[in-house]
Amino acid sequence: MSAVRPLRRGINLLGSKSLSQPTSIVANGSTLLPRQLTSPLHRGLRTPTAARPFLRVSSVSSPNGGVRFASSAAPSGPLRQTQLYDLHLARGAKMVPFAGFDMPLQYSDLSHVESHKWTREKASLFDVSHMVQHELSGPGAIELLMKVTPSSLDKLGHNQSTLSCLLEEGTGGIIDDTVITRRTDETFYFVTNAGRRDEDLAFLEAEISAYKQAHGADSIKWSILEDRALVALQGPLAAEVLQSYVHGSGPETDLSTLYFGNCRELHLTLPDGSRTPHPLLISRTGYTGEDGFEISIPTAGSPSLPAQVTELLLTNADQVRLAGLAARDSLRLEAGMCLYGHDISTAQTPPGASLGWVVGKDRRDPATANFNGASAILPQLASPAKTLSQRRVGFTVEKGSPAREGAVIVDINDESRTPVGIITSGLPSPTLGGTNIAMGYVKQGLHKKGTEVGILVRNKLRKATVTGMPWVESKFYRGKA
Amino acid sequence: MSAVARSVRPFASRVLSQKLPLAAACRVSPAAGFPRGSVRSFSQSPFMELKKYTESHEWIELAADGKTAKIGITEYAAHSLGDVVFVELPAEDLEVQAGEPVGAVESVKSASDVNSPVSGKVIQGNAILEDKAKFINESPEGDAWIAEIEVTDAAELDSLLDAETYKENYAKE
Repeated sequence: MSAVRPLRRGINLLGSKSLSQPTSIVANGSTLLPRQLTSPLHRGLRTPTAARPFLRVSSVSSPNGGVRFASSAAPSGPLRQTQLYDLHLARGAKMVPFAGFDMPLQYSDLSHVESHKWTREKASLFDVSHMVQHELSGPGAIELLMKVTPSSLDKLGHNQSTLSCLLEEGTGGIIDDTVITRRTDETFYFVTNAGRRDEDLAFLEAEISAYKQAHGADSIKWSILEDRALVALQGPLAAEVLQSYVHGSGPETDLSTLYFGNCRELHLTLPDGSRTPHPLLISRTGYTGEDGFEISIPTAGSPSLPAQVTELLLTNADQVRLAGLAARDSLRLEAGMCLYGHDISTAQTPPGASLGWVVGKDRRDPATANFNGASAILPQLASPAKTLSQRRVGFTVEKGSPAREGAVIVDINDESRTPVGIITSGLPSPTLGGTNIAMGYVKQGLHKKGTEVGILVRNKLRKATVTGMPWVESKFYRGKA
Repeated sequence: MSAVARSVRPFASRVLSQKLPLAAACRVSPAAGFPRGSVRSFSQSPFMELKKYTESHEWIELAADGKTAKIGITEYAAHSLGDVVFVELPAEDLEVQAGEPVGAVESVKSASDVNSPVSGKVIQGNAILEDKAKFINESPEGDAWIAEIEVTDAAELDSLLDAETYKENYAKE
């Protein structure tokens, strides 16, 4: 039983495990970052699965032999701390290395499952300050962004945002996923993954400098907003709680007109009655499937502002609690959302990752499409059955051991158990009473809803059914249609 | 490696027992001149029962008969895992070498093998855990044991950690 299973035994018992993979996701020929999604992880008791970096560099580039915790941003150096590090410790956080940062996995007041359910029923506050916040402005900003992403950014109104992907030139492989907000005609705010920091910055640097060469040094100004913290307030009570702290009056302070995918700069009222020294950039978005906000907090001249805002939002412990990476991972999977480095990588194009919808409708004409990888991506959108050998789908797995990352999918009718796919994320869903859910790539033809497949978990065959995602209905606040 | 270990064990166990490892304090000495050095004459008294630990957070407790043992995960491991949602139990008669899995414990965030601290043959898994995995969080070192095995050689327990050493060195955040 264990012969096929090279156990990762960092601290032993609880190294979570996966099979040594004979299969991998079909690559698209990306050469920029050769990677395999499924190389064995190294996790110990103190660094369980949920602590895996939401974004992560493959072991190929890891100097410490497959330890994928540390992102490439800090593979071996000291871990970075967010502006809320002291607050995490004071609040009983269990800290784990994640994407080069020392980040909270969970807090002492709630177990992982309790924290997960708290988010679905009330509201949770997540520190996501490790993520990379960018501002890109200038007359060339939109042209540059519409080269490196397939999104119709020119159709966004001011303070509207969209989920997008940074695409590799030529292959169209996903370098990272990102949310891009158009602040003004020529100013964009976007957030990328901490675990992809080095790759993203190198990629953007090269693209921007090439653009400047052609269009002049003043055509684009790019800055990384290092001095900003970022917190996510997520859950059904998020709006009510945040509204109670919004400073001032007037229509712009009414969060009921701030819809999903939109943002606004607002001040909050601090406990002494004063307003925050800076306005906060409040975006109605998130990574849990719940209604909620991501709040970008400037620190210039007021380094304690992130902690002050966090403490403020945590005022009523019956409504808002801190939540860590563990709950974040299970919440996002229930919502069917991808985790870079696990569910997507440079080996996939957006259509290959079933994210074809990020390609703007008006950017699909081969005659005019000019984004990176358009020539690879457009045929995949036009005739997926002919061009894509694998599809990313959801699975519901029979009762018993959950199918987790690295588990091999087989054709249930095939005695020889030839691999037909691989699981990239999976766990027992806390919201669904422990029903095993999983996301993965399966051979074209076996990807239709209702198809029964087998998944090998610790060498035992588990029956699974291809299921539509999300498993838990998203509750984004879109206003009344 | 385990084959080598097996071949030298009778000798090793004799040496170890003469060196009186820490745990020997709570154990009667092996009967001198017993035909097979690996057979321990554990007393029938419950006071002489032996509970040992591994670096990988399993515990094993030898029954008074000196032949069977229960295996589980430690309080520390159960706490660190968080809410256990599924326990995979071993099949009856499964033969395991020391360090091989006799089960697995799954929380929402991770899956972990439970390895047998010593070699032996599985008598049974703890059926209570089939329906009530979370029992592991309530009584990890008590009634929520995971497997009962017939121990091949009780002397293998000698090289494991005693409670104090385990707690001092391995069960701290």
